Amino acid sequence: MASPPPLSPDRPDVSPDPVLDQPGRRPARLARVTDVSLWAEWAAPVGLVILAVVFQLMNSTFLSLGNVKAMLVAAAILVVLSVGQTFAVATGGIDLSVASTMTFGAIVFGLAYAKGAPLPVCCLLALAAGLLVGLVQGLVVGRGRITDFIVTLGGLSVASGLALVVSDGKPTTVISPFLLRLSTQGVGPVGYTVILALAVALLAHVLLFHTRFGTHVLAAGGSPEAATATGISLANIKTAVYAISGLLSGLAAILLVARVGASEPAANMQFLLNSVAAVVLGGVSLMGGRATIAGPVAGALLLTGLTNGLTLLGVSQYYQPVAVGAVVVLAAFLTRFQR
Amino acid sequence: MTRTQPDADRPVLVEARGVSLAFGSVKALTDVDLSLRAGEITAIVGDNGAGKSTFVRCLSGIHRPDAGVMTLDGADIDFRSPEDAREAGIETVHQNLALVEDLTVWQNLFLNREIVRGLGPASLLNRRAMQRQAREMVASLAVNVPAVTSRVRRLSGGQRQAVAICRAAGFSSRLVIMDEPTAALGVQETARVEALIRRLRDDGRAVLLVSHNFEQVMRLSDAVWVMRSGRCVAGRRTAQTTGQEIVALVTGAQAA
Ligand SMILES: Nc1ncnc2c1ncn2[C@@H]1O[C@H](COP(=O)(O)OP(=O)(O)OP(=O)(O)O)[C@@H](O)[C@H]1O
Ligand SMILES: [Mg+2]
Repeated sequence: MASPPPLSPDRPDVSPDPVLDQPGRRPARLARVTDVSLWAEWAAPVGLVILAVVFQLMNSTFLSLGNVKAMLVAAAILVVLSVGQTFAVATGGIDLSVASTMTFGAIVFGLAYAKGAPLPVCCLLALAAGLLVGLVQGLVVGRGRITDFIVTLGGLSVASGLALVVSDGKPTTVISPFLLRLSTQGVGPVGYTVILALAVALLAHVLLFHTRFGTHVLAAGGSPEAATATGISLANIKTAVYAISGLLSGLAAILLVARVGASEPAANMQFLLNSVAAVVLGGVSLMGGRATIAGPVAGALLLTGLTNGLTLLGVSQYYQPVAVGAVVVLAAFLTRFQR
Repeated sequence: MTRTQPDADRPVLVEARGVSLAFGSVKALTDVDLSLRAGEITAIVGDNGAGKSTFVRCLSGIHRPDAGVMTLDGADIDFRSPEDAREAGIETVHQNLALVEDLTVWQNLFLNREIVRGLGPASLLNRRAMQRQAREMVASLAVNVPAVTSRVRRLSGGQRQAVAICRAAGFSSRLVIMDEPTAALGVQETARVEALIRRLRDDGRAVLLVSHNFEQVMRLSDAVWVMRSGRCVAGRRTAQTTGQEIVALVTGAQAA
């Protein structure tokens, strides 16, 4: 029978492995990489890079200066709408009316233009129309305590109906050198609309993360009870976020008129789907309380790049909504792992 | 009808007379009379559903009583929102905590009391000042919260409780209401919170404590009110009563 080995201090320490036994360290770093919630948050930027590499390999013009410029310009409207959508979603709501409000704003713009109003007035009227639609919806959600989904679904219908009523269903051609410059020129290689969209995103970021209002938006979305208990008015927050979303839809309307060269009472439904998709891709929680601006902006770029790349590859237009839908559901799947 | 008024030499800070509140057919509060004094810990005890939290929510501006009067320092109060109550110097640690899990500790501490730089709509958050002050607030309470920049979601139940109490104690409040502050806490954390509650009283503030722990109530409080099915049925000076009497009052075995 062997006696247990004497424990002497000079005996090499065998049992506790100094590397394995150290808490954290390597396993911790590994855990960060395999942490799915991290991937969920970075879905849009990572997806953007993968998409750029894949499309570039398949078609070398994808990342050419000309095509990148074109993609950024094409993304500007979606970026603006997605930023507005982000505020609504951050409070746990959703703005289903963004595209219809934009259409309505564009129609108001065209009507004023046809009546001979100067361009700045047309722009202001489009912004005011968007703000008004948003404000009314916000008041109904906030004061009337009706679910966001239902109110903005109604708003979608009302705004697109009004656009048809006001325009009598006919498009108005808008030929303006200023709008033409806005949509086709820029500073160096960067288009004016891109700069505008970027400025909107920057302002929104400051608003969300560096003002009391932004904190209250996240608090109202994260825990309505807690926000209320500290004296934050949910009604005011809801009113404000839908007003912001409406105002940005009005801005998008101006960009749309500039891009198309006309104001049309079109449905523009793909803008609604894509704005929600960009927000989801951007890692914003649909439950509210967690949001970034950079995420949805990256999401909007990703969706625009996807559409552009598929077009470059000669894939039929009819497949594009299918691809967008698949990407969005995949992104939503990743958010399940968000913590 | 005269209830055994817990008399003391200190001035009454809050008084409720005939406060009633119904949620549809549920009479959560019926004709509640009670008072509490500055520099004292006043406890409310009662079985589940007795109406304690509902009364607390009336005082912190979440509910408005259907009937009755409440006074603060002799003046009538009519809070239309929690903001009104906070303005008046009433801070509350709610039973369900009322923290935003996705925000950080410091953001929660300063929620709706943010420090800003600049004027009017152009003012920006002074994050650094809030983080520094948050660190001081947490340190002064000697609570072990990991870091004020961590999200509340990552904190344990006890740490969350500490943050909620920290917030209530931190601003220049005259009345701190705590609805079952130690219900989820371990032995050590409970002791810390109790020490904190005493400290608030010694500061000269009024503390309203809702608790199911009769030993804790006997240990801490200066006065006790007993609620039973929406009514405030008795009041005692803690020094002049016993745990058994309180239990008997709560269960209804002894009439007031
Ligand atoms: N918002 C509400 N809507 C409807 N009924 C409510 C509401 N809040 C409380 N009640 C009812 O009012 C009564 C008192 O509830 P309250 O929460 O005040 O009890 P409590 O004394 O705090 O109990 P506990 O010790 O379990 O916390 C209960 O019957 C409860 O169901
Ligand atoms: Mg309760």
